[in-house]
Amino acid sequence: MIDANRGKNIAANEVWVLGEGSIDGGLSDTVFELSLRARSLADALENYSGERHTVSVILPLDSGTADLARPEEAGRAGADRVVVIKSEGLVFDRAACGKTIAHMAKSSPNGVPKIFIASATAFGRSVMPYAAALLETGLTADCTGLEIDPKSGLLLQTRPAIGGNIMATIKTPNHRPQMATVRPGTFPMPRPDARGHAKVSEFAIPEHLSARTVETVAFSPYSREEGTLKDRDVVISAGRGLRRPEGFKLIARLASLLGAGVGASRPAVEMKWIGYPHQVGLSGQTISPKVYIAAGISGSVQHLAGIQTSGTIIAINRDPEARIFGVSDVAICGDLYEALPKLIERIEAKMGR
Amino acid sequence: MRVTILMKQVPDTDEVKMDPESGAMIRDGAGVIVNPLDLNALEAAMAIRSDGDSVSVVSMGPQRAEESLRECLALGADDAVLATDRMFAGGDSWATAKVLVAVIEKMGRPDLIITGEKATDGETGQVGPEVAALLGIPVATRVTRLERVSGGIEFDCTLEDGILTQRSSLPILVTVQSDINALPLPTLGGKKRAYTEEIKIETASSLGLGQGETGLGASPTRVVKIETPKVTRDAEKFMASRPDELESAVERIMQILSDNAIL
Repeated sequence: MIDANRGKNIAANEVWVLGEGSIDGGLSDTVFELSLRARSLADALENYSGERHTVSVILPLDSGTADLARPEEAGRAGADRVVVIKSEGLVFDRAACGKTIAHMAKSSPNGVPKIFIASATAFGRSVMPYAAALLETGLTADCTGLEIDPKSGLLLQTRPAIGGNIMATIKTPNHRPQMATVRPGTFPMPRPDARGHAKVSEFAIPEHLSARTVETVAFSPYSREEGTLKDRDVVISAGRGLRRPEGFKLIARLASLLGAGVGASRPAVEMKWIGYPHQVGLSGQTISPKVYIAAGISGSVQHLAGIQTSGTIIAINRDPEARIFGVSDVAICGDLYEALPKLIERIEAKMGR
Repeated sequence: MRVTILMKQVPDTDEVKMDPESGAMIRDGAGVIVNPLDLNALEAAMAIRSDGDSVSVVSMGPQRAEESLRECLALGADDAVLATDRMFAGGDSWATAKVLVAVIEKMGRPDLIITGEKATDGETGQVGPEVAALLGIPVATRVTRLERVSGGIEFDCTLEDGILTQRSSLPILVTVQSDINALPLPTLGGKKRAYTEEIKIETASSLGLGQGETGLGASPTRVVKIETPKVTRDAEKFMASRPDELESAVERIMQILSDNAIL
């Protein structure tokens, strides 16, 4: 059976953003980042077609935390409306959430949105593929660029591919919505003085979608030290070249002086010198801090692919042939146990300690 | 309980070299391996299996993915199915999920599906949740602990800001991360089975998938441009074994930190 119209839904002049609440009850930063980008995509679509396109934030929230979020704030980033879906256990039942947003898109009076984007977080990367499959459309993962093609009006979705060493630009020519998840921190945030209020409405979940099969038993937030590396201006990683697990104390000391995150190579994590949330590279976290310092990391392809979009890369290694030097801005050939204490000393002196 | 593992054969990135000019991966001559996270998925199944349970491995890929399926048998899987057909080639995550779902439906739906969070080559992490959606079953991603409890499973998901502990009834699909377990080792019985067991082959026609339902032709997404950004950087070099160069290296770092408004 071939259905030639599979996924070729009628599309409305709408750009949707799948929003998230933050752990402290407000809107996640990604809502502002993506709303601002969605606004510029909607404006580009207006230039292309002459028709106004609206930006809507779809915001699933647990009933417990729903009252804390201030959804109208998304208007600061250019969103026209926010549709809140309040339901117990919805956010953490990814399938239920995917079904709900697919249902919303399908039952939207003017047709599915033309474009539907989300942040490439644990939430976005599980809910969006679920919804995309139900909408029978394509989804591009972890994009680092989104533009409207001025010739076709199609969404150009750019993502690192094959280990981050090539950039692929992907289109969804016929299926709607055109869906993408975006690596957090890819696009600028609205200016702090930006104003605007989005119209807020609530979407009532239909009876047949209200059942929950996945039940949350507990949530244990990380301490700041364990937390994500993604929002840090500086990340300092260490690998096998530390030679002993206690070496991470030195790394942590430097990191705390700089407010930096502590990262690690895969071997350091595999030897259980430090936990997996710290692993940097394709098999861990892909990051792009302003400054990346790699100490005692030789630079496997999978590690390099995870850091190559960093601002300035500083590598310290005893091996003059270490592969990481080839992608570094500053290559320090020497012992990290000599270089880092000296650096700590200098920083402390500068801070007047 | 019947468990199905979704496995992908990927290039061995430890063997892959990087073109120093373009930064592109040179795959020629590199071996192929089981996607490492799919081995964690297999081991997660082994860890919770009890008498009477079965563990099947399903893969879509070229004919040579059979080797990787044999490796999974050596590691303890009971049987293996390979979906291979030229018509499957070039499919995006949606088209791939369609084929895997067709295989799963033909085998009879399992109680639990486990797969790696993402493959080291495509890195989309989408096929798992898409398979779950097409089957209409729940999904949990980034799982780092998996246990059987009465009425289903309990698991931890490692999220950006903390660890989420959940329970679910069966069926469910879970995607796992590497710290869920240590990679499995082959067993003697498994090695024997890897030699003798037949790998079941499924094709587009055996799965009843027509032209335009799989592969590139059925994929909603199209790659329209490939660019190779320059990844190599011209490093300023310091030989830190010489005290004066160590001094200037530290000085340089201080300057970078202050240029970036960190100090």
